[in-house]
Amino acid sequence: MKFAVVVFPGSNCDADCYHAVKNVMGQEVDYVWHKEENLKGYDALILPGGFSYGDYLRTGAIARFSPIMPAVVDFARRGGLVIGICNGFQILLEAGLLPGAMLRNKSLRFVCDTVYLKVKRSGTPFTNQLQEGELIRVPVAHGEGNYYCGPATLEELERNRQIVFTYSGPGGEEGEEYNPNGSQANIAGIINREGNVLGMMPHPERCAEHVLGGTDGCRIFASMINWLKEARVK
Amino acid sequence: MRELSYQEMGLPEEEYEQIKTIMGREPNYLELGMWAVMWSEHCGYKNSRPLLKQFPTEGPQVIQGPGENAGVVDIGDGQALVFKIESHNHPSAIEPYQGAATGVGGIVRDIFTMGARPIALLNSLRFGELDDPQVRELFAGVVAGIAGYGNCLGIPTVAGEVYFHPSYKGNPLVNAMCVGLVNIDEIALAVASEAGSPIMMVGAKTGRDGIHGATFASEELSESSREKRPSVQVGDPFMEKLLIEACLELIQEDLVAGMQDLGAAGLTSSIAETAGKKGMGVEIDVLRVPRREKGMTPYEVMISESQERMLIVPRQGKEQRIKEIFAKWGLDATVIGQVTDSGMFRVFEGERLAGEVPVESLTGGCPVYTRVGEEPPYYREYRSFNPDSLPPYSYQKALEELLGTPSIASKRWVYTQYDYQVMTNTAVVPGDGDAAVLRVKGTAKGVAMTTDGNSRLVYLDPYQGGKLAVCEAARNLACVGARPLALTNCLNFGSPEKPHIYWQMKNAIRGMAEAARVLDTPVVSGNVSLYNETAAGAIYPTPVIGMVGLINDIEHRCDMGFKQEGDIIVMLGRRRDELGGSEYLYRCHGVESGAVPVADLDEEKRLIELLLELIREGVLCSCHDISDGGLAVALAESALKGQKGFEIQVTDNGRPLDGILFSEAPGRVVVSFKDNQMIAVKEKAGQYGIGIQVLGEVKGEDMVLKCAKKEVIRLSLEQAGKIWGEAIECCMK
Repeated sequence: MKFAVVVFPGSNCDADCYHAVKNVMGQEVDYVWHKEENLKGYDALILPGGFSYGDYLRTGAIARFSPIMPAVVDFARRGGLVIGICNGFQILLEAGLLPGAMLRNKSLRFVCDTVYLKVKRSGTPFTNQLQEGELIRVPVAHGEGNYYCGPATLEELERNRQIVFTYSGPGGEEGEEYNPNGSQANIAGIINREGNVLGMMPHPERCAEHVLGGTDGCRIFASMINWLKEARVK
Repeated sequence: MRELSYQEMGLPEEEYEQIKTIMGREPNYLELGMWAVMWSEHCGYKNSRPLLKQFPTEGPQVIQGPGENAGVVDIGDGQALVFKIESHNHPSAIEPYQGAATGVGGIVRDIFTMGARPIALLNSLRFGELDDPQVRELFAGVVAGIAGYGNCLGIPTVAGEVYFHPSYKGNPLVNAMCVGLVNIDEIALAVASEAGSPIMMVGAKTGRDGIHGATFASEELSESSREKRPSVQVGDPFMEKLLIEACLELIQEDLVAGMQDLGAAGLTSSIAETAGKKGMGVEIDVLRVPRREKGMTPYEVMISESQERMLIVPRQGKEQRIKEIFAKWGLDATVIGQVTDSGMFRVFEGERLAGEVPVESLTGGCPVYTRVGEEPPYYREYRSFNPDSLPPYSYQKALEELLGTPSIASKRWVYTQYDYQVMTNTAVVPGDGDAAVLRVKGTAKGVAMTTDGNSRLVYLDPYQGGKLAVCEAARNLACVGARPLALTNCLNFGSPEKPHIYWQMKNAIRGMAEAARVLDTPVVSGNVSLYNETAAGAIYPTPVIGMVGLINDIEHRCDMGFKQEGDIIVMLGRRRDELGGSEYLYRCHGVESGAVPVADLDEEKRLIELLLELIREGVLCSCHDISDGGLAVALAESALKGQKGFEIQVTDNGRPLDGILFSEAPGRVVVSFKDNQMIAVKEKAGQYGIGIQVLGEVKGEDMVLKCAKKEVIRLSLEQAGKIWGEAIECCMK
């Protein structure tokens, strides 16, 4: 499988994603500079975390105007797998590939921690190696991860089962104290209706090796690889 | 801007006379400004240089000692660590967010200027007490500033320390350290050796911010300091991130002959340092310097401290390729002048020669003052204080109070604001061990790093305190399994012109030097921050040690948390009950006094070797050094980290138990291991001549300390966790 990690000026998890895909998961991967306009030949895209353009206007707001973005939108519309992590999620929201918006964390402070996520939906291209209701431990690090959407959108997300991950307690309990940013409905990650574009605030690439304290993140990448393989067989 | 006199620029009369002699005339205003910033304490080290000579700076592991932008140590496989610590105290005092943020920006530039990829940030912070709303504002602002800048760069902030003490009210300390990784054959040094080479400038445009920052950093803080807010620069981490990536690309393609960041004293200093090293000269035209404000005078351009700017001297014929790389990152590189062989620093404004100064005198000619220190009267008085004369204090209450004191309590409120995991290397994260551990991708190695400095001990006894700071840093590295390699230091003191302060400096440096020599951790870089004083007096003398170490196989690392019920808990090291200078005396008895425990350097070295061997052989389940708050706090921290209780027996040795429980004497660590390892541990400890005290075992959900079978302390993990875990958060609500 061939992955592309899109690099915007200010991306800072690009190398981490590249490392996880290439050295941990053993897949082919390229960096794609934001000034490129072509994504031919790739099976999956990663929009990595960071502070694209310094996030000076609003997180992800400038990156969505990068020359690469039309190609990203096109790739997604054609059914290609796109995962946006942290700032990548914010960019997907700004680009309209996922619904909703990000607000500053409720605490008004940046938060770096490792949290429990509950898998709300398995079987997607990103979660077919995970069980529904299962808990995974994944690091978060963001200042604006407070996901917000209007009540109609939220209802739609729930109806279409687009909420993939929620923040959780160690025993699967839901509650404000386990939500690092105050996001609506404890949302940590959502998928588009078609099921090929995932945005998540937590960083799977940061928990892909034992030396980093956990390997749950591998299962998200493994899901993508598995899905692509099966799609190829079909 | 009103013109300043030479006194207002911080030059004493005798130095002004000296400048006139060198030049053979009165300097004009531009020249005067250049002299003043270069001869400030911040740039010229004029009060500290003779003292710094005591530091050992060499060793087989040292690739680059002091004198460059940062020090470099060998970690094998053709790789090296590049690291340095630097203060940004004065700017942070008046504009905490930007002051701290630009402190991070400055130290990061020092590291990638050497060709190294920055891989970690650390910080050492000191504030007044948190019951003061102004202090809370400073504290919150500084932490947010460090986070805002470092997080955006994508460099993990992996370790640090925060202490609160009244002496820092109004004069907080913000020391930032950066560690970079470099291939030894790609190390870049700041030297311009060929006449005719162009000098390029890249990064942010030059504005009026930070004018006279270096001079400002070399004065005492006063009521009017807030008016100097324009001297504090504003940071743009996004620009810095672009600079890092672009500059590292230049190095990889071997395009630069010399690279220098613009820090304190701006263009003046970076050009002088680039050209001054090999006796070269330089000519620049200030009109070619890209600016963001109109009507700037040559004086303003030359000493502006606008952030995120770099100076590049290209290799012959590589100018075009350099411009291309910068253009890719959206940056303009502009030629502003050239290297000459005249030995003169000539500043043109278009055709007009605006000023000229001999480079060598500007950098090397700074006068040096060897002052005479004087022992302050308090020294003897404190040394003779006997803690046994104090009334008894409940041990239970003491432990609870210590766990809840912000200097000891969990720093979670702080470090969760820092991205400590980006770059996916952090193997021991903040709060888990005595030092941070990072893996080095593509190798089996790990590197460890820490900052340490207990200023109360230095205040009470600068010589012993200086030794203790180095010992603690080395011990912290050994506790995670890393061999200490070398250190950087930031010397934060009051005014050296005061004999008592100079005495503190002199003795602290002597102690540090001695410990660094014995522990084989040479000093490879550092920074001096003097004049840390307000109307209320000087800060406690605060030398901060930043130390790095190496783990050959990262699988052999250790953290501080107890692991399993039934594991044996022992103290390695000699029993010492001395309470002098302890947090216990301060918090529970309101006393900052007593003889500071003496470090036995040889014993410390043997303890380090013992720990390294035990960790390498996989014997230890946890390891945590005894420092602030003593044995009782160390045990509690290991219990809280591992979420496992303990039951401990101590003996009274015929004196109150506060000695064994709360002494902060050096050379001691708390370790735990499986019960079948007891013989091995005893044997090894015996081989290294290190004392061993069996204390008890990991057990249940309470922390229980007994003496003669009688419980003296019982505290549930939950209760302790609340006190220790929420202390800072509660203050900051």
